[in-house]
Amino acid sequence: MSARKKDSEITWQDIDIGAVIRTPGNAAEYKTGDWRSEKPTWNKDRCIKCGICYLFCPEGCIHHDKEGYFEGDLYYCKGCGICARECWTQAITMGPEA
Amino acid sequence: MENFAIYVPRLLPQKEYFAPGHRACIGCGEALALRLVTKALGREVIISNATGCMEIVSSPFPTTSWRVPWIHTLFENASAVASGIEAALKIMKEKGMRTKMPKVVAMGGDGATLDIGLQSLSGAWERGHDFIYVCFDNEAYMNTGIQRSSGTPFGAATTTSPAGKLSIGQTTWKKNMPAIAVAHDIPYVATACPSYPFDLMEKVNKAVATKGPSYLHVLSPCPTGWRHPPDVSVKIGRLAVETGVFPLYEVENGKYKLNVDFPKLRPVRDYLSPQGRFRHLPKDEVERIQQGVIREYQKLKKKVEA
Amino acid sequence: MAMVGMEGSLAMAEAVRLANADVVAAYPITPQTHIVERLAEMVANGELNAAYVPVESEHSAMSACLGSSATGARTFTATAGQGLELMHEVLYVASSLRLPIVMGVANRALSSPLSVWGDHSDVMAVRDTGWIQIFVENGQQAFDLTLCAFRIGEDPKVLFPVMIHMDGFHVSHVVEPLYLLNEEQVKGFLPPYKHPFPLDTDNPVTMGAFAVPILYTEARKSQETALRGTRGIINKVWSDFGKLSGRHYQAVEHYRSDNADTLLLTMGSYSEIAMEAVDQLRERGEKVGLIRLRLWRPFPFEELRQATKACRTLVVLDRCISPGGPPGPVCSETKAALYSQKKRPNIAGFIGGLGGRDLSVPEFVQMVERGRVIAAEGGEEIEMIGVRG
Repeated sequence: MSARKKDSEITWQDIDIGAVIRTPGNAAEYKTGDWRSEKPTWNKDRCIKCGICYLFCPEGCIHHDKEGYFEGDLYYCKGCGICARECWTQAITMGPEA
Repeated sequence: MENFAIYVPRLLPQKEYFAPGHRACIGCGEALALRLVTKALGREVIISNATGCMEIVSSPFPTTSWRVPWIHTLFENASAVASGIEAALKIMKEKGMRTKMPKVVAMGGDGATLDIGLQSLSGAWERGHDFIYVCFDNEAYMNTGIQRSSGTPFGAATTTSPAGKLSIGQTTWKKNMPAIAVAHDIPYVATACPSYPFDLMEKVNKAVATKGPSYLHVLSPCPTGWRHPPDVSVKIGRLAVETGVFPLYEVENGKYKLNVDFPKLRPVRDYLSPQGRFRHLPKDEVERIQQGVIREYQKLKKKVEA
Repeated sequence: MAMVGMEGSLAMAEAVRLANADVVAAYPITPQTHIVERLAEMVANGELNAAYVPVESEHSAMSACLGSSATGARTFTATAGQGLELMHEVLYVASSLRLPIVMGVANRALSSPLSVWGDHSDVMAVRDTGWIQIFVENGQQAFDLTLCAFRIGEDPKVLFPVMIHMDGFHVSHVVEPLYLLNEEQVKGFLPPYKHPFPLDTDNPVTMGAFAVPILYTEARKSQETALRGTRGIINKVWSDFGKLSGRHYQAVEHYRSDNADTLLLTMGSYSEIAMEAVDQLRERGEKVGLIRLRLWRPFPFEELRQATKACRTLVVLDRCISPGGPPGPVCSETKAALYSQKKRPNIAGFIGGLGGRDLSVPEFVQMVERGRVIAAEGGEEIEMIGVRG
């Protein structure tokens, strides 16, 4: 995520023809993780590496590590709790953010 | 379900074509549906998106969540823009100006599809353009603050069909958009729900393979507008199917097929009670909804058996 | 090439054929129907290799054009009157997304009462949509300027949509003698269309994002500056066309305006009637001339100021009312353009030719005579010429 000019510093000359955006997916710079008040934690003892949490995350920010255990990317995680709710083995708990 | 014979999430394509960082609400069922649809669509698509939740949350200038070519212009014309893209692709290929033929996909919410955009969609279907139309149905004009649409179900409270001393909320039954699609004789029509993700993605694959117009009607649970906690979005979608409120079916060249059937449907109150937008309904209205759901489900089953 | 007799609409269609348009997405409406019918015929007979998309409304016509142009296809449509208004919101998008669609407009009066006949009310409602807008006076110009429109709009330094305005029925349905060009000549004049970043899976772009208040102004300024900057290319294209065809076009064109103390200002086919009136008045020894606005947007401020700096009276004809507003859009914009000048003529505005009403040479003479009086002494807020009662 490279830094870009702040919105308030963008000049009219900076704007591409037709205000087109030519950097696909650059919304990934935005830290939606700041929104949450609860965050998910995975219990590796219960995780069966099925990937249901990854499937149902609206942000698409759950990934598996080298061993296959899943974890959320806290930069984006909004703390909705769908993963915890859907996990078949209740391996995920939602706890306070702070 | 030929292409998804293995129902293992980990074996799905990893690439996300709808980048995180989008501004959808916490627990948004529509964002989940969109993420799954774009995952199934892959790279070779051009998307024409109507104004609505998914368009707004994904494109705050100068950033975008889209990793495929994407155009948004107005509210009611996603299908017309898609028609132009499709016509251009075809003629450019014929004239030797290009070789690749990406699939054209138009997307819109229930407002953009059932209401303001119905005309342009009907026109595109009649002309037989080769494109998929995906309707993300969160059952109201959610992006502008939960106003009713013709996709709002009977009895639901919205800001323009509020429950009050003289009103039970929406007084008309949800417009049957898949039936309108079938009436246009298009080759593939299907309903889907992100709570049944493999069924949804399989249907996207079928739509991509269809020559001509195809229509996917995707139920999109909305914690903000349906007034339920964000963590039950997938559960609510499942209940919609299990109670028969939103049956999952396909219509291939006019032939109906029910994808998920139950020996006995759950009572609708299981679906209605977790949602604040139905909280005000007295028992007799809940019963009226139950009767309506059973009636519609039986109509559907008759079409399946025909 | 030999002269042919051809209706204005068909001449425009012929230009679209020679330009080898890729997509025509159109909806019929009187009096542009002959354009889209002829194009459909051309496609059906293989004379034009294009995708013909018979959309279900003008709103969809312009929307389909957006999609087509954004994908990189040379795109054309035509409309008139109510159709132009129905696609109103889409027109803004064509300009702000910088898509070089070419559209023929057979200028038509607006309802209610319903009128299929020509006037400029449809055009005046779309002044601020950000399109390049050019007026023709006859079939020859309909052909020439439609061809030029593709080259102007698609120029990589322009990338703006272009409207070619022709008076409904008076130009669209009148058969006139004109010269066409052949394929060789057009090929040399009109390069293929290459959008710099079309909708393409190899380079995915996002078109039509939303802009919060802190950014919208900058986006608008970028568009506005670019539109004003198109004058150079417009002049160059017209100059090149002049070398090719012998027919030279300018933003403001003159007829016997040298040493004129009174000038008529017209736009569209009535310019030709006005020319006859000027001839008559010159016969009588009066120093009267005519200037015609060919380029409506971007407005030719400098050319207008130059053209009017020496005359004492300027009489402007509008074929459109702005109800409750100042007399005539063209008159208002002319006054606004000349307001800053130290030396400027007295201006009298007339409204006439509404809903297809003919204006005769004597009526133009009357306008000049009455115009001199109003310009000197002031007159009715709105002077309508030819109204009974």
